[in-house]
Order: sequence, then C-alpha cells, then structure tokens
Amino acid sequence: MSKLASSSEEEGIRLAEPRKRRFVFTPWVWAIGALLFMLVLSAAIGPVAIPPFTVIKILIHRLPFVTFPVDWPTTFDTILHQIRLPQTVMIALTGMALAGSGAAYQGLFRNPLADPYIIGVASGAGLGAVLAMAAKWPTTFMGMTVIPIAAFIGALITVAVVYSLARVGRTTPITTLILAGVAVSAFTSSLTSLLMLLSTEQLHRALSWLLGGFALGGWNPVLAALPYLVVGLGILFVLGRPLNVLQFGDEQALQLGLHVEKYKIVVVAVSSLVAATAVSFTGIIGFVGLIVPHLARLLWGPDYRRLIPLATITGGSVLLASDIIARTVLAPRELPVGIVTAVIGAPFFLWLLRRAKQERFW
Amino acid sequence: MKITLRFDRATIGYGDKPILREISLEVIPGEVLGVVGPNGVGKSTLVKGASGILSPLGGKIYVDGKEISALSPPERARLVAVVPQATKLPEAFTARDVVLMGRTPYLGWLDREGESDHRIAIKAMERTNTTHFADRKIGELSGGDQQRLLIARALAQTPSVLLLDEPTAHLDLRHQDEILNFIHSLAKEEGLTVLITLHDLNLVARFADRVALLSNGRVQKLGNPEQVLTPEDLTPVYGMEIHVTSHPIHGTPLILS
Repeated sequence: MSKLASSSEEEGIRLAEPRKRRFVFTPWVWAIGALLFMLVLSAAIGPVAIPPFTVIKILIHRLPFVTFPVDWPTTFDTILHQIRLPQTVMIALTGMALAGSGAAYQGLFRNPLADPYIIGVASGAGLGAVLAMAAKWPTTFMGMTVIPIAAFIGALITVAVVYSLARVGRTTPITTLILAGVAVSAFTSSLTSLLMLLSTEQLHRALSWLLGGFALGGWNPVLAALPYLVVGLGILFVLGRPLNVLQFGDEQALQLGLHVEKYKIVVVAVSSLVAATAVSFTGIIGFVGLIVPHLARLLWGPDYRRLIPLATITGGSVLLASDIIARTVLAPRELPVGIVTAVIGAPFFLWLLRRAKQERFW
Repeated sequence: MKITLRFDRATIGYGDKPILREISLEVIPGEVLGVVGPNGVGKSTLVKGASGILSPLGGKIYVDGKEISALSPPERARLVAVVPQATKLPEAFTARDVVLMGRTPYLGWLDREGESDHRIAIKAMERTNTTHFADRKIGELSGGDQQRLLIARALAQTPSVLLLDEPTAHLDLRHQDEILNFIHSLAKEEGLTVLITLHDLNLVARFADRVALLSNGRVQKLGNPEQVLTPEDLTPVYGMEIHVTSHPIHGTPLILS
C-alpha cells in the first residue's frame, strides 16, 4: 500500500456509512414563507387597503368545504379576485421566471454577470413589442393580446440567431455565445431605438414597456404564461446536477461523461423560453435575474440542484417587494417596477461583490 | 496479454490540422506509460484523443477493444477517466460533491446519486486519503489535496484506463513523489491502465514502466526508461545538450541539462 492510500482509522469509520441524505427543510421554509408573506402583502396594498388578515380569510373562504361567516364588504372580494390577485400572481411568476432562468444561465455560462437577458431575450422581446406598437397592429388577435405575442416571438428568434451564430463546428463555446449575445443585443436594441424615434406618438407606451412593469390586467395573462413557466421551470429544476458538473468546464464535463452540447442547448432553450414568457407580459425588468441567484447562492450555497428552485422562489418575493415599493413610493402614481429593481439592485450588487471577495461562494 | 488502450496509426489534431501523426501505442493493464516530449509536441492532444474529446482525423483509438470516438460521452467516461491539472476549479463545491461527480456517467437525466454511488465515492476518497476534508470547500484546499481529489473523482468513475495530464505540474517535490507513487501502486494493485504525461523527465524515469518520447508529432522512441531516456535520444528532441547519469538511490536514469 502506498502512503497516500492509507487513510486514518477514525475517518474511515466515520465515513464508512454513506451520508444519509437528509432533506434540509430550513431554506425551503424560509423561501416559501417569504413568498407567501409577500403575496398576501402585495394583495393587501393598493388604493383600497385590505387588511392582510382579511386577505387570508377571503382566500381561505374560497377553498371548498371551508365555511365561516363573511365579515368583510363584498367589494373586497371583487377587488381581490379580479384586480389584485391576478396582478400579484403575475408579478410573482415574473420574478420567479427571471430568477430561475438567471440562475440557470449563470450556471451554464459559469459567469457571475450572466442574467436572463445575456443572449438576447430582452432586446429581442423589446424589438418585437416596439415593432407591434409602432406598426399599430390591432391590440388583439384571435382573442389574444398582440404585444406579448410579438415580444415572445422576437425574443425566441433573437436567441435562435445568437445560438446559431455562436456555433463553431459541432460545439457552441460559451465565450462565443456570450459575445454573439452582446453583439446581436446591441444590434436589436438600436433597431428598437430607431423604431421609437420614428413613431413618437407611441414613445411613452414603448418606453414604459421597456422599463418593465407593463401590467396587463386580469387572469388571462396569468393563464397564458403559466403552462410555459411550469414546464420550463420544472425542467430547469432537474438540470441542477448536470449544471454542477458543467462548473468544471466543458472539457472536464465531457470527460466525466456529460452530454455537454445536448445539455447546453436544453438549458439555453428552456431558460430563454422562461425568460421570454416573463418579459412578454411585463416588459423588461432588470437586475432581478442577476441579483436573486447571487442572493440565493450567498444564503444557501452553490449547489444548482437547490440553487435553481430556491432562487426561483426568492425571485417571486423580491419582485413582489419591488412592485409594492413601485406602487407606494409616489402613490397614487405607479413607477415602472424595473426602475425600482435597478435602484435597489445596483447597490446590492456592489455589496455582494465586496462580500464575494471574502467568501468562496461562487 | 489484453491490451486496454491502443492507438492504431491515429492522427489527432484540431480542426483539420494534425498535431500527432499516425501514432501507434499499446498499453496493458497494470502498466504505467509515461509520455514525454518538448512543449507543444502534442502530449495533451494525446490525452484528448484517448478520452474522446478529439476524434482522430485518421486511424483508430481503442479502449477495451471499443473504438472510443464511436461511443457516447457516458459510455466513454465509464471506460476512461481523466485527471486534469488542478487549476481553476470551481471553489465552492465540497470535496465530497466533487468526487461524487465521478459517478456522472452512470446517472441519467432524472437520476440522483444512490447508496452505491456514495459507497464508491467514499471508497475512492479512502484510497486517495482525502476523507478527512470531505466536507471542506475545494477552494480552501492546497494544490496537492486538490490533485488527490481529482484522482479520487477519476477513481469514482471506476474506469479501466486512467489518463493523467501533467498531474504534478504545480506540486512541490514531496507531493509530486506522493502522487506518482500512488498512481504507480494503483496500476499495480488494481490493474489500471495508466497513461501519464509529464514534463519532468526524472519523474518519468522513476515512475513509468515504459516511456514514449514524442517529437515532431510522432513517437520518436518507445521502451523502458533506460532505453528511451538516453543522451542520444533526448538531445536532438529537446535541441540542447542533455546528460544522463544514474540516480544514486533508485538506480533509475537521472537527467541533467
């Protein structure tokens, strides 16, 4: 036996039993608890304030087999179900989609600066949306609102262009993918600006879309977005293990037996789909998809099997909190939520950078 | 004797630019083949070919009788494990996580590591004496510990061929010795087929059973260290005067410039 192979007795005994895989509850309890709290708070706050406990009571009252006396005005019911809840749920879903896809992109690109928009989702969606506004397309088509559809198509076409530009032979190197993303985004954004200059009467509408927080009312957007988000985020949740392996670089991942190119295209396609869905309905909200994955990594470690779902849940809470600020700071005026996320996100990001120097969390 | 790693007139390179031309080499279980040669001669290219990262532009490379470039990544990784240089590893994973990643070729899309995967990973850590820092982050470990951990990860793949690309490049003398001693004993005790690229000719002289000297994209000379590491062979390849004497303790060739 070589010297290296002799392990100490004590360690051998302690580790002879495979570690029991304990399900660690705490992060999940915190993340989900925060999300529920923010959901109730967001539904409670508005021009007509509904006490948070009443919100909870109204929601529970809706459940089957639960009956207790109604002690709130019926207008609360209407406001909650037809106005507040759909908006609150849409905001939460958007935050979840941005943070989840952001975490997956950061894992794929092995780059702490990656966000859901890095390979063109936002600029493509922006071009699609502004094009629809500038061309004064009818606002509905076959019962669907046109702008989200135009944004969605714009986003997916842009990502497809970026991916095909970045291909070198049979592989898609990460660096060329990022570079192609930056170049194509710059190109599409300039086209968007040009369109906005040419159609000044639509300028305000376009600008508010680009700044994020372009809220469509009612349950329809929620129902339209939900299937994409459930399927997309569900796939991202099970990609944690391959993303962990990818942290060692394409070459080592391949030598460890990972279908690297296959996983790459799956992560890009699914993350882009998720981000495009979010952006299409609410406009371009920055910083959530960049900051929340970092926050989750800082709090709960770098393991993508936990990081992606935890970042997703936390993304919902963070965007809800930002939205509450956007609605209340200058009330009755509402700010675009994208401005709030940037104002809070940028300093937080700097703090995070300082912190990252001290700890090995990336 | 069974041949587990065979280069059959393999031409390997990037794009359509060959680095190595018509290489023929055979390595058997329990044997350590050292690959030496000047910078840029294609030592790493050889490892990339044998691990399926690069498909041969001509000829064939076989592992356990199977053509390596015809296999899928997981099929390859069950046969061949690579120990890279311990540079730029993602710092935040624990040592245990890293070793468990050696089980990747055995896990499908939706699988999680099971009992047997944990057992194999722990055995690999015990073999490499890395158990005592199992729960520490790899960024906190020394270069030698990281290198041992990468060997543990490779062992967790339970391969029949182990490829090592300059595994001692950043290590001090003691750790170089330790790692190579261990590799040598692995080959002997577990019948692993080992191909190792090394810059340091004196380490090759001590730890390799056979040496392949690469020059100008070809195998210039192949044989045991005493046959290959001679002034006559080394001087033209390295383009400088090289002297060889005998190690006072080990009796192996001692190369001096």
